[in-house]
Amino acid sequence: MLVLTEVKKSFTEPDGSPLPILDIPEFRLAAGEQIAMVGRSGCGKTTLLHIIAGIARPDSGKVEIDGTDITRLSEHQRDRFRADRLGYVFQTFNLLPGFSALENVVLGMTFSRGRSSRDRARRLLERVGLAHRLTHKPPMLSVGEQQRVAVARALANQPKLLLADEPTANVDAGHQRQIVDLIRETCQEENVALLLVTHALEVSEQFDRVEHLEQLNMAVSVI
Amino acid sequence: MSLLTIAWRSIQQRRLASCLTAFSMALGVALVVTVVVVHRVVRDSFTAPAGGYHLVVGKKGSKLQLVLNTVYHLQEPIENIPYSVYTDFLPERGGKYIAYAEFAIPYCLGDNYEGFRVVGTTPDMFEKLQYANQRRYEFEEGGRNFKAENFFEAVIGSGVARQTGLGVGDEFQPTHGVTEEADGHKHDAFNIVGVLKPTGTANDRALFINMEGFFLLEGHADTRKAEKEPAEGDDAAPEDTHLHAENDHAGHSHEPLPEEQREVTALLVKARNDVFANHLHNGINEGVEAQAVYPIQVVQDFFDKLVKQITTVLKWLAALIIVEAGISILVSIYNSMSDRRREIAVMRALGAGRGTVMNIVLIESILLSVGGGLAGIVLGHGLIGVLSPFIAEQTSVSISFLEFDIIELALIPTLILLAVIIGFLPAVVAYRTDVAKALTSNP
Repeated sequence: MLVLTEVKKSFTEPDGSPLPILDIPEFRLAAGEQIAMVGRSGCGKTTLLHIIAGIARPDSGKVEIDGTDITRLSEHQRDRFRADRLGYVFQTFNLLPGFSALENVVLGMTFSRGRSSRDRARRLLERVGLAHRLTHKPPMLSVGEQQRVAVARALANQPKLLLADEPTANVDAGHQRQIVDLIRETCQEENVALLLVTHALEVSEQFDRVEHLEQLNMAVSVI
Repeated sequence: MSLLTIAWRSIQQRRLASCLTAFSMALGVALVVTVVVVHRVVRDSFTAPAGGYHLVVGKKGSKLQLVLNTVYHLQEPIENIPYSVYTDFLPERGGKYIAYAEFAIPYCLGDNYEGFRVVGTTPDMFEKLQYANQRRYEFEEGGRNFKAENFFEAVIGSGVARQTGLGVGDEFQPTHGVTEEADGHKHDAFNIVGVLKPTGTANDRALFINMEGFFLLEGHADTRKAEKEPAEGDDAAPEDTHLHAENDHAGHSHEPLPEEQREVTALLVKARNDVFANHLHNGINEGVEAQAVYPIQVVQDFFDKLVKQITTVLKWLAALIIVEAGISILVSIYNSMSDRRREIAVMRALGAGRGTVMNIVLIESILLSVGGGLAGIVLGHGLIGVLSPFIAEQTSVSISFLEFDIIELALIPTLILLAVIIGFLPAVVAYRTDVAKALTSNP
């Protein structure tokens, strides 16, 4: 499903010298598999997700998703690929404040080639327990509810792979497990592979497979 | 979800700023609409084929003054012309122009009533003349034209009736002078026998009295001639010595003023055809007593030389207001871009291409411009509706708020083009948003 090969990424320091962020010789994720990627803050977790999502380009290496090396795609093709095959849950939810919960989920399908379906959006929101909050806008929702809308939005386009970036970072401890359970269950139901990055060990404990970015990332010693 | 919906939501999110920018656009467009429509209607009205006559004949002098004064009851009249110029058009007098002219209507000016022009004329005015595309003058119910033999009968325009409250059966006393003066001398009273139905012409603002009565009013006889050329039979002066039942007036009677003491201010002349109109035009202008002008030509020249310039300045002013409104839309959207960087990044992360987010911003700009523009068109026509009674009062040109101008059709495509131009800069900002950076920045 997802294969990273010799993926390297570095940023440029103010003095012009390169700052290596990622150097991952190999990483694999099977279709439908769920992995928690653990790493401390600043170790390159978000950069890794951006590269897998095609938002950022690696300096070198291959990122194959469902047989397609997205590093070879043009920006426009990567946008399309992301819209059709990937889902993304952000740390800060990133719901659009002017849109209702239902519209935020529909937005998740808007840019894919499949048809936008309000019915599917409604079903997903019902699935995450927000059937009574369809028309509420994000500022009217609790933090936990907003994150559930974000999960529904990420799954709206029926992705092959869901990328979750610290999805419980802004949720209190009592709700962390619920959110992670929800993400895992819905991914399982939709047969979506899940790569969740977190710095919280208690979150990773909910997963069968846990990877430590510091161990995968050869550049980590330099950071 | 369509891009239109996304753009609309963005506008809704900044409701106040969006309303204000759209309103400034609406004001600019409203001004354009008002200027364009009012100018067009007034121009059409002033340059419409003069109802049923070809020429205005009057004293040599300013052509424009002659036309404005005779046709539109504006400005002071030029001096009078000899009565013989009028009789030259009368078949019963074997006038020299009768082969070319169908009829001539005399205009005798010099009095007003509460600021409204009083015109001494003949009943032919409403029997032979037409207005606006060959429409005949009609009288409100219970009214009729004044009769040639009843010297002190009058008919009044609809605007005069409305504003003064005068009606059939009432009397009024013209005041000497064409403009209202507090100490103006009041003449004998005229009996109103008819109120004209609204015509949308300057005649709505005038009172028409029997020319014979006009001549008999104090100061209207050309006594210089009377002194120089005393008429045989001593009937030169309008003395109340002869009784004629048909001329009974306020307990006394009058004889017609002798011709040698008569003058007219102008004539409206209908030629038998356009070629004859030209003959008359040239023939009269070759003489020394009077000039003949084509009123449409004079008014068109006036509009082209002066009014058009003013209207052009107003149109440019309105265009500048629209551009200024466009810039305020640009500033509004551009300023919102820093707040929306994350939103744009989220949409990009959900798969929206650079072109898509650029289009969303452009659509937003178009919605604000076109929305403001449509509101402006409605506002402009509303303004015309509000101004309409005032314009009608001042010029007798009636403008319906539904009056449209072809330029309005070009407004919306122009606004779309303007919106694309002004939306381009913020759209480029959206296009160039660094998604990774925007997503990792603090919200």
